[in-house]
Amino acid sequence: MEDIRLDAQWIDYLLIAIYFVFVLGIGWFAKRGVSSSIEFLLSGRSLPAWVTALAFVSANLGAVEIMGMSATGAQYGMPTMHYFWIGAVPAMLFLGVVMMPFYYGSKVRSVPEFMRRRFGTGAHLVNALSFAVAQILIAGVNLFLLGTIVNRLLGWPLWIALVVAAAIVLSYITLGGLTAAIYNEVLQFFVIVAALLPLTIIGLNRVGGWDGLVKKVSNDGMLGAEQLSSWPGEQLSGFANPVLSVVGIVFGLGFVLSFGYWTTNFVEVQRAMASKSINAARLTPILGAFPKMLIPFIVIIPGMIAAVLVTQLTKFKQIASSVDEAAAQAQTGVTYNDALLLLMREVLPNGLLGVAIAGLLAAFMAGMAANISAFNTVFSYDLWQQYVVKDRDDAYYLKVGRYATIGACIVAIFTALIAGNFANLMDYLQTLFGFFNAPLFATFILGMFWKRMSPTAGWVGLVGGTLSAVAVFVLSETGVFDLPGQGAAFLAASTAFVVDIVLSVIVTFRTTPKPAHELRGLVYSETPKTDFEDLNEPKPPIWKRPVPVAGVALILVIILNVAFG
Amino acid sequence: MSKANELTKTAGAFDIRNFIGVLLGIFGVILAIAGIVGYTPDEAERTGGIDANLWTGIGLIVTAVVFLVWARLRPLRIIDAGATETANGNGDAANGNGDTLA
Repeated sequence: MEDIRLDAQWIDYLLIAIYFVFVLGIGWFAKRGVSSSIEFLLSGRSLPAWVTALAFVSANLGAVEIMGMSATGAQYGMPTMHYFWIGAVPAMLFLGVVMMPFYYGSKVRSVPEFMRRRFGTGAHLVNALSFAVAQILIAGVNLFLLGTIVNRLLGWPLWIALVVAAAIVLSYITLGGLTAAIYNEVLQFFVIVAALLPLTIIGLNRVGGWDGLVKKVSNDGMLGAEQLSSWPGEQLSGFANPVLSVVGIVFGLGFVLSFGYWTTNFVEVQRAMASKSINAARLTPILGAFPKMLIPFIVIIPGMIAAVLVTQLTKFKQIASSVDEAAAQAQTGVTYNDALLLLMREVLPNGLLGVAIAGLLAAFMAGMAANISAFNTVFSYDLWQQYVVKDRDDAYYLKVGRYATIGACIVAIFTALIAGNFANLMDYLQTLFGFFNAPLFATFILGMFWKRMSPTAGWVGLVGGTLSAVAVFVLSETGVFDLPGQGAAFLAASTAFVVDIVLSVIVTFRTTPKPAHELRGLVYSETPKTDFEDLNEPKPPIWKRPVPVAGVALILVIILNVAFG
Repeated sequence: MSKANELTKTAGAFDIRNFIGVLLGIFGVILAIAGIVGYTPDEAERTGGIDANLWTGIGLIVTAVVFLVWARLRPLRIIDAGATETANGNGDAANGNGDTLA
């Protein structure tokens, strides 16, 4: 692969260095607050909603999101918006309005712990183990992308870049725990916006404004104007029929994949659990939905600009659509994944380039830190305390949390090296772990609203759903049926969801349910409404109540869908 | 707002809004200076004729001021651990992040 060397000058390095001083400074200052495991692993449940909301958005704004979404934008254009407007935002609102009261109100310390309280250890072990392994894996992917950027930028060997990056993440999390991770995520959010917003504006200026972009994209001789409206998105979904495509996107991507990801993924839910009250916890994903619906404008649009402005990438896209991507990469030396870097090199002056590089490094580091900080909580509370060493004092589990962090960073370095050598393998594994989310969502939502659902049904549904997703995936990979684009992933997730529900219902009627008195706080009908309110606090004004704020967000996202449809 | 009650004290430097304000402010000043002294024809060609460093720098300085003023007008308060425990038996909020925004 050809080097995309960014021409960084001393001023860029200066800006990057200043940023790292702040990153480590946050770890150092946050350290003063950490004296118990709940402070280290859940920030003592004390943060205000705007902080956890931005952290909620940033924790997901890692390498996969920024590079991946700008790449998909370069390839397909506007239909990529669905990942935000059909996928993430409705799911975040649902999490805040419907599910968060159970998570926060039941005082569990992690999503797997909710699973254990509701369904017992069978479902818990499946959930905790798959989550822990997936987090280490994804931390490795984030670390690998981080190392790649440093490698391209400074010319450091990849392994040195990996070790240094892991050491920085390690030092601020072991010092400051989740508080340091969350505060760094908030800081990162602003640095990323400071980098990507000017990049988008300058890029638009170069292609002749919005009209210029529209003209260039519609006349690109490939997908053309199809890239300018998000619906029906046949290229993205892989369904040739527009009606099927819309159904596939709404049900597969929107309902199953995104609800599964956003509502059960502890990396995200942990940010809300760290907030100071049940109201703040519910507001976390709801307030986060507002920046989230604007992020595609500074991630996807730059990808689209890069595809028409940067000659190398335009050429890549032409060869990719007439021959295939491998041939295109061999001839041009770039891929869609390089879209953002190519645009940065093309339009940013030194100075802003430093801010942009700092922003990308920040994103990848925060992504990895989010994975690690969720991992160490699940490892300490759900695996170690539950199954290995029970009943020790809190200082012991604080120590376990710190060792788990160190261990996870070391393992992530090795996963990153594997990711570098077997890129396809990692893609497959990530897709596989994605399959855990759809059945998880089915099991959670059924378990929260159906008190009859039995513990056995909990783990049988999970295992059966996941296996059915794997089966669909294998069938499509081996060519039994052919769905290009994201169609196979949407179909696998939808199948997993349906199989999970059907199995859970069948098994429930043949096994004994949990006694009703054990379900308080876990099942809707068994929980008094007052458990979901802060009795010590006065009723908040209407603009701080979850449901009205979520309503406003929903209206805005519908407007966006129509305006760019 | 500024009258902290008996159980609380202001949280000093560790308010994330100060961190954001100071970092963006430093970035803003550096970029603005770079934009004023270092705006070259080559840069103009890259950006299509915008002095991008200067404008981004100004934007960052304004954002920084907003955060610093917000932090100044509505300071964080820490609930004093010992005092709270006797008050309501709950020391959870005593780690430096309690705020007054609610």
